Amino acid sequence: MDDSTPLPRACYPRIARLYRFQWEAAQNAYVLLFPEGMVQLNGPAGEILRRCDGRQSVQAIIADLRSAFQSDAIDADVEAFLRTATNDGWVEWRDTVAP
Amino acid sequence: MSALPGSNAAATAATTAAGLPLTAGVPMWLVAELTYRCPLHCAFCSNPVDFAKVQSELSTEEWFRVLAEARALGAVQLGLTGGEPLSRPDLELLVAEAHRLGFYTNLITSGVGLNETRMRALKDAGLDHVQLSFQDSTRELNDFLSSTRTFELKRRVATLIKAHGFPMVMNCVVHRLNIDHVGRIIELALEIGAEYLELANTQFYGWADLNRAQLLPTREQLQRSDAVVADYRQRIGNRLRILHVISDLYETRPKRCMNGWGTTFMVIAPDGLVMPCHAARMLPGIDLPSVRGASLAQIWLDSPAFNRFRGDQWMPEPCRSCPEKAKDLGGCRCQAFLLTGDVGATDPVCDKSPLHSKVLEIINAPPLPPATQLPQQVTVRPLVFRTPENSERLLSGALTTPL
Repeated sequence: MDDSTPLPRACYPRIARLYRFQWEAAQNAYVLLFPEGMVQLNGPAGEILRRCDGRQSVQAIIADLRSAFQSDAIDADVEAFLRTATNDGWVEWRDTVAP
Repeated sequence: MSALPGSNAAATAATTAAGLPLTAGVPMWLVAELTYRCPLHCAFCSNPVDFAKVQSELSTEEWFRVLAEARALGAVQLGLTGGEPLSRPDLELLVAEAHRLGFYTNLITSGVGLNETRMRALKDAGLDHVQLSFQDSTRELNDFLSSTRTFELKRRVATLIKAHGFPMVMNCVVHRLNIDHVGRIIELALEIGAEYLELANTQFYGWADLNRAQLLPTREQLQRSDAVVADYRQRIGNRLRILHVISDLYETRPKRCMNGWGTTFMVIAPDGLVMPCHAARMLPGIDLPSVRGASLAQIWLDSPAFNRFRGDQWMPEPCRSCPEKAKDLGGCRCQAFLLTGDVGATDPVCDKSPLHSKVLEIINAPPLPPATQLPQQVTVRPLVFRTPENSERLLSGALTTPL
């Protein structure tokens, strides 16, 4: 997925099967855990991935973040991050809502 | 300015922090060596050569306390290893407790003892991932190096791991006798459906150090295998991620050991000794604390053993004034001790070390000819396999180390 690929806004991103996402109090951060490794996420990345549960579309995630951060200027940032996360294999996509 | 500053460069790897902090930080990794019992007898095992004297394994309840204390300190990755962790009948209980505490649980196994019943029980207990070792891509060498007949069993276990939906890391320790098979080892990993392949060049301590003359690859072998790995990486992309642990004996700068002494890892031996790295038990003058005598917080924060090589005050020259000291932290303490006799020396892999010649002696020694080409009169020390009997013989002096 390169920068020019539009994100499928009606699709439902979720954390990929290989990864586990959780809050770590000792690091005061969300982390992604995978076999023998870990990625510490900064605040925005954690806020986005927290919403990638397979039940919210990209559109819904953006709307939720707009209201949580009281800003309309976040679409590009969210899309760019989801693109990176998809390329890194952290996020996978479904066409339908997860059960 | 957007409301989500920094989201384009959102993630930072937690293990890349530079600098030379004197403070302890968070021990993200807990390595639990549950037992030194093992059905395999690998000639390159990283367990201490005197493991036979280690008695009195921690009980289930003691491990529960250790897990809780480590989690409270911020540990998040748990490696369940040994020896063979499946030798512990309470493995499923330990996984369940670790999972309940929020650890990401990694089972690091030879596969021996992993049947359908235990696999299902481990899944139910919340196990996250299985790392399965192979010793080679061929049955002959796999079985020779481990001194067992386990190759076919490992293939069956790999199928079982995938059938239960676990992510799987295939691990293979690489050395002179199998390094020319690296391409076939990668093919095996693809065939069994591993998501990751860990190609770990042998680190020369423990049993591998005893067998160094037979196991050290030549420079040409290393270069060829690096090229094969690079070629596969390009062709297979993300289908299989290859983690290549490089040996640094042929380098001119040492590696950071365990991401830095007392920065990231706590290794707990079967009898409860707490070590900054797997091999620390052999280091002289370091009084390793035990979980039976102190809490993990006291050990991590205050013990002389864990503080010994934090920061840079311990460093000799040329390390202390070196502009690269934050990068390698003076290198590996075990390698420094084994090659120079001084645990506080600059790692002699560094070509600034006054003892770098120790490394050159090793890598420039003429390689042993293949056994089939040996003239009759030359006696070559055979591989010393990791068995309780050999460990006893080393302890009693009946078998001596080549050093």
